Amino acid sequence: MKRYVSGRLLQLIPVLFGVTFLTFALLSLAPGDPVQKKLSAQGIAVTKDVLLETRKEMGLDRPWTLRYASWLFDLLHGDLGDSYKDGTPVAGRLVKAMKYTGILAISAFLLALVISLPLGIYGGIKKAGFLDRMIQLFCLAGYAVPGFLLAVLLIYLFCIRLKVFPIIAKGTVQGLFLPTLTLALPLASRLTRQVRASVLNQMEMEYVDGAKARGVLKPYILIFHILRNAMISILTVFGLSIGTLLGGSVVIENIFMWPGMGKMVMDSITARDYPVVQGFVLVMAVIYVIINLIVDISYHLLDPRLEEI
Amino acid sequence: MMRYKTMENRSRMKRQVIFFLFLVSLLGLVSLLAPYLITNDPYTTNALYRKGPPNLTFPFGTDKLGRCIFSRVIMGTRTSVFSALMVVAVSLTTGTAFGIISGYYGGLLDRVIMGICDIFLAFPQMVLAIGVAGLLGGNMTNAILALTLTGWTSYARLSRGLVMTMKKETYISAARLSGSGNIEIMLEHIFPGIAGELIINATLQISAVMIGFAGLSYLGIGVSVPEAEWGSMISEAIGYMQQAPWAVMAPGAALFITVFVFQLLGDSLRDYFGVGRGRYE
Repeated sequence: MKRYVSGRLLQLIPVLFGVTFLTFALLSLAPGDPVQKKLSAQGIAVTKDVLLETRKEMGLDRPWTLRYASWLFDLLHGDLGDSYKDGTPVAGRLVKAMKYTGILAISAFLLALVISLPLGIYGGIKKAGFLDRMIQLFCLAGYAVPGFLLAVLLIYLFCIRLKVFPIIAKGTVQGLFLPTLTLALPLASRLTRQVRASVLNQMEMEYVDGAKARGVLKPYILIFHILRNAMISILTVFGLSIGTLLGGSVVIENIFMWPGMGKMVMDSITARDYPVVQGFVLVMAVIYVIINLIVDISYHLLDPRLEEI
Repeated sequence: MMRYKTMENRSRMKRQVIFFLFLVSLLGLVSLLAPYLITNDPYTTNALYRKGPPNLTFPFGTDKLGRCIFSRVIMGTRTSVFSALMVVAVSLTTGTAFGIISGYYGGLLDRVIMGICDIFLAFPQMVLAIGVAGLLGGNMTNAILALTLTGWTSYARLSRGLVMTMKKETYISAARLSGSGNIEIMLEHIFPGIAGELIINATLQISAVMIGFAGLSYLGIGVSVPEAEWGSMISEAIGYMQQAPWAVMAPGAALFITVFVFQLLGDSLRDYFGVGRGRYE
């Protein structure tokens, strides 16, 4: 187990090299000049001299390969550089933004679980009833609604028609509800489908008949036998959904002005604030790979029959 | 536990596939014939009838510049369907080519290609697409490029896996014994064997690509503004949704229906042939 985890973490190193290197290349190839953006944002008239001077000041007169080397060097000292825009350290901004994205992602996942477990279990037990048909429709529709469209519809319903929530979230608890719901519904539809399918699948197993024959109570069978075995496939869907969740949060955060990583990176891309984009790329890659690793490890914890790793 | 598919079940699945194929070809027809189906010019502004509710001349109403929403939605079908098919076709061919080479030759080449895959897989797809499209600047070509760059890896991994099991088959050895070269074996013996599964996976991806494309346009880094595209239409109209909800609902509904139909086609194909992503995914 230890060897497996450390092996996977070691594999991360070349990936991170590649990721950051490619980002640097892409940033230097991309149209748009960070110096010009910065100067015009500060209201300074852009002349050739000023441009050259500031470029030198920011160290942008060096070729990008050299800048990459010095960025790596600073990274080893725990320094992610300063934002071009306001000179604040990138690391601090990342931590703050991560907190907000974390809150959003976790609450969306919890809400999705709260929705999908009862729906999925009900659909699995009362197969092909009217409610089950409705649940299945919800699952299918959840696949086909783009996150931003759902956000627009929810805004229309809650903010314009019912006037119960503010449109702009700005990181408050009240503002958390709509982005959470927007992220949670598509996830819930996937999870419901999965829970329903695994409950259906497990119910046919012989161990369930065996437990019934021994007189084990039905709720007990459901919770401790069926759900436990269903957890593995639920976890698979969760693992597959993390990408969608993080990607979706970029779009959703920008719609609801939620001050998380997605909002930060979009702002930085528009402002050509490269150190922030660079830091985001690094942190995102690490988080994504580590979460996937955790999912893989928990398979083995949940199902002892799987090969020892 | 394996549940057996009865004959009746099979024929029902077949009918489903045919039905959704019909719907998809209907959408294809709409996108091909779009210029003949529209009632007004989608780009002509109308100062006298702005944010107007639906009426006989403007079946879906007008937007803030007085442009006919119905015509713009119909023209948007073209953008959406065309771009999604383009992305899937390009990422399918490049991904498959890399995957087959990687799985067939193995060794260092395999490790390099899979290493590159890992770099692209270190991000959620949409994050990468937003990054690439945002940096390159918003237009249709860049959006297609961004989604292709993020999409090819799944085909590469899938085809690599398939090739690795297939190259041990006896008929591959037989082909080699009878004097076929590596390229001939890959093209004539391996590719036909994995094409079906790849194409079904590609069908399943079309809807995801459409959502991604509309999302990029919504963020202003996909199709640029005057062009009729559902994502950018929604993003433009959200500002005055209170006065003209139809300007959001019409492109929204079009997007939903199109994505839904492609999704159902992919699902039914997968069920019918019993391949592709896990049955319960």
